[in-house]
Amino acid sequence: MEWLNILVQGSLLGGIYALFAIGLSMSFGIMRLVNIAHGDLIVLSAYVALVVTDSTGLDPFSSLIVVVPIMFALGYVIQRGLLNLTLSGGLLPPLLVTFGISVIIQNALLAIFGAYTQRLKGGAIETASVHIPGGISVGVYPLLVFAVAVLSIGTLQILFYRTRLGRAFRAVSDDADTAELMGIDNRNLYALALGIAMIFTAIAGVLFAIRTIFDPAAGPIRLILAFEAVIIGGLGSIWGTLVGGMVLGIAQAVGSKLDPTWQILAGHVAFLFILIVRPNGLFPRTRD
Amino acid sequence: MEAERVERGTRASRVVAYSAVPLLAALVSLPWWSDAGTMRLVAEMAYYVALAQLWNLLAGYAGLVSVGQQAYVGLGAYALFYLTGAQNMHVYSALLIAGLFSGLIAIPVSFAVFRLRGAYFAVGTWVVSEIFALSASLINVLGGGSGLSLTPDIMREIAIDRSDRDLILYLLSLAISVGVFAVVYLLLRSRQGLALTAIRDSEAASASLGVNTFRTKFIIYLVTAACTGLVGGLIFLQKLRLSPEAGFSVNDWTVVVIFMVVIGGIGTLEGPLIGMLVYILLRELLADYGTIYLILMGALAIAIMLKAPSGIWGWVTQRYDVQLFPVGRRLALAPAEKPQ
Repeated sequence: MEWLNILVQGSLLGGIYALFAIGLSMSFGIMRLVNIAHGDLIVLSAYVALVVTDSTGLDPFSSLIVVVPIMFALGYVIQRGLLNLTLSGGLLPPLLVTFGISVIIQNALLAIFGAYTQRLKGGAIETASVHIPGGISVGVYPLLVFAVAVLSIGTLQILFYRTRLGRAFRAVSDDADTAELMGIDNRNLYALALGIAMIFTAIAGVLFAIRTIFDPAAGPIRLILAFEAVIIGGLGSIWGTLVGGMVLGIAQAVGSKLDPTWQILAGHVAFLFILIVRPNGLFPRTRD
Repeated sequence: MEAERVERGTRASRVVAYSAVPLLAALVSLPWWSDAGTMRLVAEMAYYVALAQLWNLLAGYAGLVSVGQQAYVGLGAYALFYLTGAQNMHVYSALLIAGLFSGLIAIPVSFAVFRLRGAYFAVGTWVVSEIFALSASLINVLGGGSGLSLTPDIMREIAIDRSDRDLILYLLSLAISVGVFAVVYLLLRSRQGLALTAIRDSEAASASLGVNTFRTKFIIYLVTAACTGLVGGLIFLQKLRLSPEAGFSVNDWTVVVIFMVVIGGIGTLEGPLIGMLVYILLRELLADYGTIYLILMGALAIAIMLKAPSGIWGWVTQRYDVQLFPVGRRLALAPAEKPQ
């Protein structure tokens, strides 16, 4: 029963990692872009929410009404203004430009907010818990985060396979040059893709900041966790990303059961192990 | 009549070769005519240029864009602190072993990260470094999360007197930096170097012409890891204190290094040197404004990557046909046949 509990708690923990990973997975799937600034954009969303809640008195959940459009616009502009210029130049330009964005965000946040740790206050839901069959007690909040992750991925699934925009995304992902010949405006589409990816990044940022303290340097580890979830799940597979997050969460729960200080390390080790035995992840889709 | 011939040196490179002697003499004699602050700054420049040159070899030539070189800085530093502290080994032998140890650890690491390609290789190497940092913070004999210090006894092995010690450490930094530069330079002029340059220009084409790209990359990865470990040991020998965050810092040992190389010009020997000078200049000029210099470095690196991806040095060579450190070969026409 104890191990069942670990399995459940770990899976729920994986919800937030899957949410971290959605934006990264999307920009890789469509643009083949590995966005090094992804973690910092998650943290930036949290800071935007902090400013919104402090200045308007909204609760963090409602602040998403403001945070989401801001992050969408930011994503659109970053892709249109900077990252589109790096698409044809090989591996280094996108990597370096996103690296630069990462350092700029981190240091700008440091200059504006200082190195203090912050958090968003979510209210009573943070500590509420429910009992589920099997004598296991789970937190309402992790359950909510997990549900949001599943819902987000479901929404993306519908977007990709049931809409015109989704068809264009898939076309560009499969063969960008031919898609362009067929009349698709790749540059606009890529900008929209990063904008949409940032919607999920904003949600992930706010939900994470309600439970965890954050500071300007909190981004890189979020990038690494998101990256691990994407790789474990398999490149380009959105449901794989959810499984990847859950695997990571379960590994961390097991590690933390053995010794509380091993939590993050156990996740990294599980990632390396999967990388060695299944280099393409569990459900690979997109080819590099 | 003299036909065209292939040569390596150029007039500029000969000028550099001759002016390197007085320049080195000036740097070596610096402790006798300058102050301790300048010495520290030059020592820092020396190890940064070594780190930049090593990353350049890895990413600019072998195409291995690693974001995890801080792993080897930290490993080298921890090896040095552990061997001198817990094992009572002499500082110099420990420093040497720190380098070898880093190279050795790079073997199993490469088995994992070489499975990843491109940007995934980059983040994968970063994860490995995080694993080392977390492990170091969990191992008691390595001081756990708070880290280790070098005791005064260990420092007295270098020299009893503090000013003598500063002098020796300064000269050691210069020596290791010049040594790393020499290793990279000679490697690039060797047969391996030719293979590397071919891989840099086109991996597919060089593989089809019989270059063993995997072996070449593997060797370069190990050599850079060992040298980075040595430099890491040296850096923390001067800092005296080591913690997991400081030793495995991605910002200090990889991000600024990448910016230096890209700003100066990736895939050239001159670029890292120029990029390091830009970094030190920006940092010293903007010392009063917190981390603004890092924001500027990032913005500058983005601008250069988008507008002039071959960096400052690449921009110079496109305009003026110069090469300060001759690693390439060029066709020299006999005077009569020279164009114009």
